[in-house]
Amino acid sequence: MWITIKLFAYYRDLAGTSSFAINVPVNATVSDLCTQIRQQYHRLPKEPYSLLVAVNHEYAETSHRLVEGDEVALIPPVSGGSA
Amino acid sequence: MIHLGTEPLDVSAIMKHASDVTNGAIVTFLGTTRNHSEGRQVLRLEYEAYEPMARQELQKIVQAVERKWGLRHISIAHRFGNVELGEASLVVAVGSAHRAESFAACQFIVDNIKKTVPIWKKEIFADGEAWVGI
Repeated sequence: MWITIKLFAYYRDLAGTSSFAINVPVNATVSDLCTQIRQQYHRLPKEPYSLLVAVNHEYAETSHRLVEGDEVALIPPVSGGSA
Repeated sequence: MIHLGTEPLDVSAIMKHASDVTNGAIVTFLGTTRNHSEGRQVLRLEYEAYEPMARQELQKIVQAVERKWGLRHISIAHRFGNVELGEASLVVAVGSAHRAESFAACQFIVDNIKKTVPIWKKEIFADGEAWVGI
């Protein structure tokens, strides 16, 4: 099933694109998707997933099951600043 | 009121949305572009936003303030694109009957924006650039 991936900031710079479509197996989870992305797109960071993921504009757990047409955004660390 | 855009922020207009005759206090915060970061000279900042989700997350923060302090006069504006030295990228204004609640709520809003709202900041130096948080 087809999923749209959106990339921002540092991840967009690394991947060289702000958006791409990816075909994942039916019932794939966020975790499965991240593994597949890391295998197919080597320039994305391989760090253990401190990466946040949003599905259709909501933060999602790694166990979240995807459906056809979902928009998945890879969320790099947000602009912190110190208090 | 929640506003996201690339134009310079109108602080008076943003504060007006937090004002009401039932309020005895309005607390306003401006996040501005600083000319230094970890010993390096900063020329400007560039902000990028995942707009639809940023609006939703800002709305959730506003709802959290309403639940926590019962406040309803809350105004948040975040700019994206280039923000020059001294200019505001973020304005938060909160009104309350007495000042303690709006001081606390304003801090809560700013702290939570920096944790959950998908807006990223890149520092532009004379000799390079870097995304903050990486």
